[in-house]
Amino acid sequence: MTSHEQRHSEHKHDAKAPLVELRTVDVAFNHHTVLRNISLKVPRGQTLAIIGESGSGKTVMLKTMIGLVRPERGSVHFDGHDLTTLSDKELTRERTRFGFVFQGAALFDSMTVGQNVAFPLREHTRKDDQEVYEIVVSRLAAVGLPESIVGKKPAELSGGMRKRVGLARALALDPELVLYDEPTTGLDPIMSDVINELILRTRAETKVTGVVVTHDMHTARKVADRVIMVFPLSRLEPDEPQIIFDGTPAELDAAHDPRVTQFVNGEAGERLMEMRKMADLRLNLDW
Amino acid sequence: MATQSKSLNGRRGNLLQAIAESIADLGGVVIGWVITLGDITQFFLNTLSWIGTRLPRATLLPNFYQIGVLSLPVVALTGTFIGMVLAVQSHSQFRLMHLETRLGAVINMSLVRELGPVLAATMLAGRVGSAMAAELGTMRVTEQIDALTAMGANPIHYLVVPRFLACLILIPALTIMADFMGVVGGAFYSIYGLGIDSNHYWENSANFIGTFDLFSGVFKSLFFGAAIALISCYRGFHCDPGAEGVGRAATSAFVVSFVMILVFDFFLGVALDNLYMMIWPEGSRLL
Repeated sequence: MTSHEQRHSEHKHDAKAPLVELRTVDVAFNHHTVLRNISLKVPRGQTLAIIGESGSGKTVMLKTMIGLVRPERGSVHFDGHDLTTLSDKELTRERTRFGFVFQGAALFDSMTVGQNVAFPLREHTRKDDQEVYEIVVSRLAAVGLPESIVGKKPAELSGGMRKRVGLARALALDPELVLYDEPTTGLDPIMSDVINELILRTRAETKVTGVVVTHDMHTARKVADRVIMVFPLSRLEPDEPQIIFDGTPAELDAAHDPRVTQFVNGEAGERLMEMRKMADLRLNLDW
Repeated sequence: MATQSKSLNGRRGNLLQAIAESIADLGGVVIGWVITLGDITQFFLNTLSWIGTRLPRATLLPNFYQIGVLSLPVVALTGTFIGMVLAVQSHSQFRLMHLETRLGAVINMSLVRELGPVLAATMLAGRVGSAMAAELGTMRVTEQIDALTAMGANPIHYLVVPRFLACLILIPALTIMADFMGVVGGAFYSIYGLGIDSNHYWENSANFIGTFDLFSGVFKSLFFGAAIALISCYRGFHCDPGAEGVGRAATSAFVVSFVMILVFDFFLGVALDNLYMMIWPEGSRLL
């Protein structure tokens, strides 16, 4: 039995327990804190959208959820397992239960599309070439890509196609949790909506739990049934929480916090003046 | 008077502060070196721990081809010319002492003990080391290394171990090729260009060069190959973001590898010389 098949038989989960939980998590890089005291539960089957401006720590939060980034403090639980205490081998096994769609798709340049989608299957299952090929073709078809694309290199594809191949690869092992890092960034409006539809369809067909990092409000409203907004630490007081909104997409419009409404409506407000003041202050300090 | 003493104290204070800052800066640099050395050691041990495991065939053979087969022509060409250059440079000196027939011994001894291994390693560092650092650096920047981890594959196992083994296993072959072509090039120019009697040329070579000389060159090359692979892969894995970061990783991979080749060459040269004297105290030397 392969590790992938093993984990399917081993994990008889508690349906009520959250699939992912962050407990008082702090994350810092080179003494620069990006996330502070974050606590968050993502119930099974939910699609959560994490919104916030660039540099607020959304992607870091996503990577912390699957153990790609280790927190300085606190713990990260996936299906009851504390990822921060697992050995590398145990963590590797847990990771076969995730699918991660990267912002730039992160397809392997040296491999063809088919080899990219087949990669997790070859790593974690013992399926023969024919079975792998059939799964690859079916996953590509599910994201609207033809079989003829299998032999192409990622460099020959458009941005939208690369994103869809990334999604097909993330879904190759039937994950329980799919994490999307800015899935619609850099795409035209039609292709953005195609990706949104794919996220919705994936959820409808597989009942998968999803976490979507985005600053595209259309995506957040369309695909999520819960939205949280993360605010950059540099603009918060030491005792203020970093998650400044947690509710349904409908509640976003009724939010009273001006920071939330400003973001949701895409209004710069006093932001440019604030940034100029900060820049002046830094310039004076440097001198 | 009081003003003069105050200004003197002020200057002394500034001087002391400047000295203290310089010492602190130096300390910072030393701490940085120690941290990097610790990181590389950990990287090396991590690489070693994966060597006994099943290796990914998909990356093993292409790396062997890229590192070994494609390096052969350039190593052979430089080896040939270095042999001929040695003949040109040594001939005028040896002619003054009427020792032209000893030219073969000097050229071939220099080649098999020093120039062959160092030259093959330098070419490998330039052709393959920089490329490895740039390739892995690009993979880091475009999140392909994160994608590997997210899919439950260990990046060290998948990316570093095949490159490390290819460098380690194939550098002796490249060294032997550089030696051989250097010997051929040196002999060709000495015999046909300088008119040295071929019988004496080869007889002197055979008298002065032993198996140990050949062994010492090939033995040293193993250390050079390991250093090139580790330094280049480490620099790629710890690449700074952006095109500038990738460029810097590629350059520093070559520079640091080259310095390490010379450092290893010196220490291994001393160690092997002592070993030779221990085993054969009466052993014959060149003159």
